[in-house]
Amino acid sequence: MSNLLNKSRPLVFCPGCSHERIARILDKSFQNMGLNGNQIAMVSDIGCSGLFDTFFNTHAMHGLHGRALTYATGLKLARPELNVVVTMGDGGMGIGGAHILSACRRNLDLTLLVLNNFNFGMTGGQFSATTPPDAQVGSGFLNRIERPLDVCEVACSAGATYVTRCSAYRKDLEEEIERAIRHEGFSVLDIWGVCTGRYSKRNKLTPQVIDETLAKLPPREGIVENNDRDEYGRYYREVSESQKPTPPPAKIEKKFDPPESGRQEVIILGDAGQRIITAGDILCFAGLTAGLNVTQKNEYNITVLRGPSISELILSPEDIGFNGIDRPAAIVAIGQEGVDRRANLFEHLDKDALIILAKGVEVPPGNAKVHLIDFKKQGIKTHDRALASLSVLAKLNKVINPEMLQSALEARFKEPVLTSALGLVDRVDIA
Amino acid sequence: MPLSLMEGNEAIAWGAVNAGCRFYAGYPITPATTIFNTMLKLLPPMGGICIQGEDEIASIGSCLGASMAGLKVMTATSGPGLSLYSEHISFAIGSEIPIVIVVVQRLGPSTGSATRGADGDIQFMRWGSSGGLPVIVLAPVDINDCFSLTMHAFNLAEEFRCPVFIASNKEIAMTKESIDMDAIPRPELKERAAPPPGKPFLPFEIGSDRMAPCFLPIGDEVLVRQTSSTHGPDGYITTDFDQIGKNQERLRKKIVSAVDSFSFCEAYMEDDADTLVITYGVTARAAKEAFMDQKGEGKPVSLLVLKTIWPVPEDLIKKKAKSFKHVVVVEMNLGQYVREIQRILPDKKIHFFGQMNGKLITPHQIKEAIANV
Repeated sequence: MSNLLNKSRPLVFCPGCSHERIARILDKSFQNMGLNGNQIAMVSDIGCSGLFDTFFNTHAMHGLHGRALTYATGLKLARPELNVVVTMGDGGMGIGGAHILSACRRNLDLTLLVLNNFNFGMTGGQFSATTPPDAQVGSGFLNRIERPLDVCEVACSAGATYVTRCSAYRKDLEEEIERAIRHEGFSVLDIWGVCTGRYSKRNKLTPQVIDETLAKLPPREGIVENNDRDEYGRYYREVSESQKPTPPPAKIEKKFDPPESGRQEVIILGDAGQRIITAGDILCFAGLTAGLNVTQKNEYNITVLRGPSISELILSPEDIGFNGIDRPAAIVAIGQEGVDRRANLFEHLDKDALIILAKGVEVPPGNAKVHLIDFKKQGIKTHDRALASLSVLAKLNKVINPEMLQSALEARFKEPVLTSALGLVDRVDIA
Repeated sequence: MPLSLMEGNEAIAWGAVNAGCRFYAGYPITPATTIFNTMLKLLPPMGGICIQGEDEIASIGSCLGASMAGLKVMTATSGPGLSLYSEHISFAIGSEIPIVIVVVQRLGPSTGSATRGADGDIQFMRWGSSGGLPVIVLAPVDINDCFSLTMHAFNLAEEFRCPVFIASNKEIAMTKESIDMDAIPRPELKERAAPPPGKPFLPFEIGSDRMAPCFLPIGDEVLVRQTSSTHGPDGYITTDFDQIGKNQERLRKKIVSAVDSFSFCEAYMEDDADTLVITYGVTARAAKEAFMDQKGEGKPVSLLVLKTIWPVPEDLIKKKAKSFKHVVVVEMNLGQYVREIQRILPDKKIHFFGQMNGKLITPHQIKEAIANV
């Protein structure tokens, strides 16, 4: 195979820099694999490792610091057949930590080469996430008081399926890189090297010292048995194929005339867990069965099953513009927290406005008519009271009628929920 | 005609897939999350991809990768996530990567009110990325706009190879409305231009008849280079001042000079009025009601609803405002877009009404603002 190194862009690393050696070895790995340039995407990070994409006649993407894995993820998901190789320094590994964890967890078939030379070469030799505490670097004493990170241990615990820690001077590095690229899953190579421009000026770091240091660490070499599992992209496509297409939202035909003319506004005031939003949906569907335009605005706290839950509905034969509500035709008041949240609503109500009030809930004084219902006595549970209140509205021919409500339930629910909802609506006693 | 019920966010998702979007990545944040939920239902069964990024940076980053691989891509967030998008927005601008970014605004600053509506990120979308180059921002008023402007946004992203924002608002995004999706006019779909045959491909070469470079995807036969560094036509970093300057100017001009071709708006002009109300987004709904009331009361005003916010459709605004003495700008913040109106209409009396308390601006408040002119 031909050499993929870019003849018009010669390597520009400092004399003795390990990056140069790794670039040449990576090219040999590509050649050994018989790959053409267009079968490879080099995604490079920032810093000296960020120059890698320019040295190869391959597809290339170079972006912001620490984010190379994010672009690689998009590329690989969109082009599963591409060999996507990411080069990143110990700096990019540190700032992009969340992306490394996520790549390990996903196991998308990317190859990450961490060109680990223990400092930020390009910006002046500052300490990185891998700088030993006893090193002399460009960040004064700061590296002395932090602990370096072992990316291999992190990768293994985050679920990477292939992890190797090695020296840039390792004899079979070209075979090891090939094994990592051929591995179907996320592979991480933590390749230790010498930064002659910065780091090794003040710190004794030679190929021999690297070997000695690596020998003292637990070995990390290749496949991580405990993490073995499906490759993300293949798995994603497999699961996707079994997903049913989502049909467009149901279209509701006009079948009825509404009991009242003009724009009708309704507010349902309740507590979280009372199915207030679902009741709002159903009221909207009921409006659609009468050919009305509808809007639904909901309000609830960030706490999921605590706090008020409010649904504001407008049903109108005209286009609905502004959809704030201050003079509703009807209020459903079935939960104290919702009522309290909108306490200032009541004193301005028109005298022909109707409040469906659950016994036990207190509303502020006002002009509106109150229709009190003792849901407890009727055996209607708190989470059914919103729907039961719609039944009260329908039976009173306020805003909706029983046919609209029944048709809305048929549109909104499937069996067995439909039968139980229809049963509930039927048995509500409005007296 | 039969109607469906859905949220503004769902309409954006449906608009996106109808425009050919096949890759979505997002991070959960109210009030944008239901776009993600809907895309997750829609995309995988049609062979598309929808993923949840580990954060907003990763979400938009993977979109940029997928876009460079040739897919139409979208992401969505709210203010706190928009902050995190910043570095990748500037990547998409400078390196001409098509992407649609939905910003469902909620009341800030910072984590702010989870979750109340506001239009507090209008200037942030324009200026919140390094380099200060222009972007395209479209602002929907209602659910129909959510669907159709999203389709337009994809077309603009493809045509100009740039990020295009949808400036939505919790009050549109999470409000359910009746909609007849089939009745909404759909623009003809545009695709990024392939290079003319017979010439070696340079990823950032600009043909004499073009403002944006032709596109080939990463992963096809011809090698493609993409870089966030300031680059020449070959996609390699350049230090040539002349080349750098010309390219920056082109990136500005390709967006700003084209705005007349996509100045979406609604204009309600009254002959006898001396006041023009200018607004955008959900506030336009109250403004329309105020407009009708004023007309009914024999005190007509005119109304201009802007749906293209950035670049500022200056010609449109100057033309529409020409015969008016007073201009009232109403927006759901403490005064952001009014600065643009003041800038381009220096001879008019510009009045402002804004509110940022989590409540919708009402027709009554707008009428009061008009009365105070």
